[in-house]
Amino acid sequence: MNTDSFDLLFNPKGIVVAGASTHPGKFGFVALHNVLAGGFEGPVFATNPDQPTILGVENLASVSEVPAGAADLVMVCTPPQACPDILQTAASRGIGAAFIASGGFREAGADGARAEEELVELARSLGMVVAGPNGQGLISTPAKLAAQIVAPVPPPGPIAVASQSGNLVSAFMNYATHSGVGISRAVSAGNAAMVGVVDYLGWFADDSHTKAMVAYVEGVEDGRRFATHIRMAAEKKPVVLVKGGTTPRGALAAASHTGALATDDRVFDGMVRQSGAVRASTIEEAYDAVAAFATQPLPAGPRTLVLSSAGGWGVIAADAVTKSSLELIALPADLEAAIDELVPPRWSRNNPIDLAGGESRDTIPEAINLVVDHPEVDAVVYLGMGIQANTASHLRAGPYFEPAELARICEYHERQDSRFAQAAAEASARTNKPILAATELAITQPGNSGPATMAADRRYCFPSADRAVRALHHLWCYARWRRRHLSAGT
Amino acid sequence: MGVLSEFESKQLLASHGIVVSRDRLARSANEAVAAAAEIGGSVAVKLCGPSLAHKSERGLVRLGLDNADGVRSAAEDLLVAATEEDGEVALLVSEMVSGNRELIVGVVLTEQFGAALMLGVGGILAEAVGEAVFRLLPVTRPDCQDMIDDLGMDALLGPLRGEPAVDRNALVDVLLALADAASRDGIEAIDVNPLVIREGLPVAVDALVVMSSR
Repeated sequence: MNTDSFDLLFNPKGIVVAGASTHPGKFGFVALHNVLAGGFEGPVFATNPDQPTILGVENLASVSEVPAGAADLVMVCTPPQACPDILQTAASRGIGAAFIASGGFREAGADGARAEEELVELARSLGMVVAGPNGQGLISTPAKLAAQIVAPVPPPGPIAVASQSGNLVSAFMNYATHSGVGISRAVSAGNAAMVGVVDYLGWFADDSHTKAMVAYVEGVEDGRRFATHIRMAAEKKPVVLVKGGTTPRGALAAASHTGALATDDRVFDGMVRQSGAVRASTIEEAYDAVAAFATQPLPAGPRTLVLSSAGGWGVIAADAVTKSSLELIALPADLEAAIDELVPPRWSRNNPIDLAGGESRDTIPEAINLVVDHPEVDAVVYLGMGIQANTASHLRAGPYFEPAELARICEYHERQDSRFAQAAAEASARTNKPILAATELAITQPGNSGPATMAADRRYCFPSADRAVRALHHLWCYARWRRRHLSAGT
Repeated sequence: MGVLSEFESKQLLASHGIVVSRDRLARSANEAVAAAAEIGGSVAVKLCGPSLAHKSERGLVRLGLDNADGVRSAAEDLLVAATEEDGEVALLVSEMVSGNRELIVGVVLTEQFGAALMLGVGGILAEAVGEAVFRLLPVTRPDCQDMIDDLGMDALLGPLRGEPAVDRNALVDVLLALADAASRDGIEAIDVNPLVIREGLPVAVDALVVMSSR
């Protein structure tokens, strides 16, 4: 696959929506709406032989009326029978890429499968790259391009998505929108007739707007090719994989114990690890991992310290660390002495560090810096952010806010949690060590100044300690793979 | 598909540097008694032939025989138990390899990804326990080190019940030797179960090699 042709998909100079519709319930309407609402800055064309304008765009009767060289990408929303003609005409207007949203191909039976094969042959003979068919579209935030028949349009960010399920592209983008981390490129591979998930990953790996990528796959057609391409992508950037569906196919020689143990899932898992990708078992875990890769430095080692002002959450996090590939280090004596200077003696004196409510105004930022600066600490999990702002929220909503003049203390609480979020970000950037902050308030109270500050800075606030630890485990697995398998290291 | 007998399988593995149990083939109960005396100590007697893949399930393995009468009686029983379908069979007399830990290693041809190397928790419960990790062939030394890490059996691999920790380098050597054997000799599948850990070092106690039919 020529990667220049992917530029036409993700950075087209102009786009044509073929099969635009006036009916707001049809995807020919939604596709055009999304391109326009997304703010695409190049020329936008729409074809519909029966209507003069849709959403203010003057319709062309056919793709043949698109000025030669004005567009690179055609988004096809017509019935499947119209696709071959559209491709041929598009090629004659200098259009080099198509996203075919139309269904009715391989997923629809033998006739559809034949039509899909013919479409691929046609595209090859025309020198076009064809994404889909039967896909939901693609997003490319650097190009302000939202060529898709569904929501959302996520904010720009460092995460790239490729998926065999369009709805899971949306799911990852919903998470990226809610968490504020954002998306660089996202594509629904549809039937992947010509371009598959690993081809997109190959292009994302070289994309300067992408820091980490996540992919959802079901079937794998050519296992060896898949493994090779995953490895090539993972050598450049972190790759998170989720696999859905288990097929009954197993080893050929199942007479042996080894053959009986060689289930598809175990072999796939080994292939993923060998190739340097990390594998998540759920969509949530996959998003947590890719968001961590996209917003945190890689740890230099497994030595993890849990810093908490949130009681039991610290214990839960420590338990999760011990069950992972990470190491819950014993609290270094010099660190214990330093923290003794900060808080009253009732604090936990072990890892997890639980400050036990003994904090004053600057304690948390100082404690964050102390632990992350320690040479025996490779990574920090920080818990308890948002507690003060949550109190403020409750005070603000209560009957005594005005009579008791609580505005000042509320503002102080909110400012504090915002400071804590910033302190964690600055300490991580300064030391190049990951500091993963987690609180359920990221979900239950996203306006809370702790998680809200992180979202505004496009840093991911994990929804729980366990999920932060799991993501950190993935960071360490990838960092260790790089160290062991790539001669360059880092 | 050509299946090698246990004896041939282990000889092939030994030629690639894998430590296997000391074995002698015997054609009769008398030969078995002589072989046991030569090996010394406690021995196992098994029926051995290319069609005998699942010996334990059929009761064709007798373990821990420490005197001539025991060996003779086991050998006679096993020869009687052989059926016509078993084809040409012999008796395999092997030293008892003592160790509390049993692993399984193997090579298998998978439909999706081709040849893959496996390391798992072995013994008769290997499939029921189901703790096994894979890598696609060819493998590197770091791949094999990863396999040991991924198995996540630090407690099993560390010092255990008076035995030293498993020598991880020696285990990596076994994995690399298997990968080497599979790549050179037209081998389609290898099954080593159990790979007993004796004094920290892996010893192949039972093995099955399937030659590719091409």
